[in-house]
Amino acid sequence: MAEEIKKIMFTVRKAPHGTIYVYEGLEVKLIMAAYDADISVVFMDDGVFAVKKGQNTKELGIKGFEATYGALVDYEITKVFVDRQSMEERGMTEDDLVVIGEDEDTEEPIKPQVVESDAIAAMMAEQHNILAF
Amino acid sequence: MLHTVNKSPFQNTTLESCVRFARSGDVILLIEDGVLAAQAGNAKIALLEEAMQKCEVLALSADLKARAVTELVPGIKITDYNGFVDLVEKNTTHSWL
Repeated sequence: MAEEIKKIMFTVRKAPHGTIYVYEGLEVKLIMAAYDADISVVFMDDGVFAVKKGQNTKELGIKGFEATYGALVDYEITKVFVDRQSMEERGMTEDDLVVIGEDEDTEEPIKPQVVESDAIAAMMAEQHNILAF
Repeated sequence: MLHTVNKSPFQNTTLESCVRFARSGDVILLIEDGVLAAQAGNAKIALLEEAMQKCEVLALSADLKARAVTELVPGIKITDYNGFVDLVEKNTTHSWL
């Protein structure tokens, strides 16, 4: 009998660039995408800054990773969520969010879905594992 | 679900976020600097009370002892490493780091 597909959620609660967590977390997501797992990603608290578009790290002398978010859908990571309250508290709107891929048929850009905290809490309760970055 | 919180509520909003996302019946375990939220008479008591309305709130004894937190906010229970392991075994865990 086939094993049940693992539901694995990544939570991102730290801002990018100040620490290595967000970048490392992104690497782990791309690695995990190679496995047969049901992956979801939630950006909450300062983690919402990780998916703010227009990040330019040139003067920091480090390679940014905003463009890598644009490949999430290509890696079949499509369940990407942003906590609305965290986003709004930080002065951001849906227009500020990065693109995570494009629709195969329409070529329309795909963005993370902005959801309420109770929806995130319900998704958390369904997971086999939750990895925090 | 088990939520572990290892940050002081006086340092950042980790505990606040945990309480916002925790659902009825979940367990919140305060560890490391997270146990500082358990000190009786502290200014974050309203947050703890909100948490205890829907969740069981525990604090890890080794971390309480190390920080001399002996008087606890009423309702917070104490557990030890064995209890922590039991909780991890029974629940999906989210670490609020």
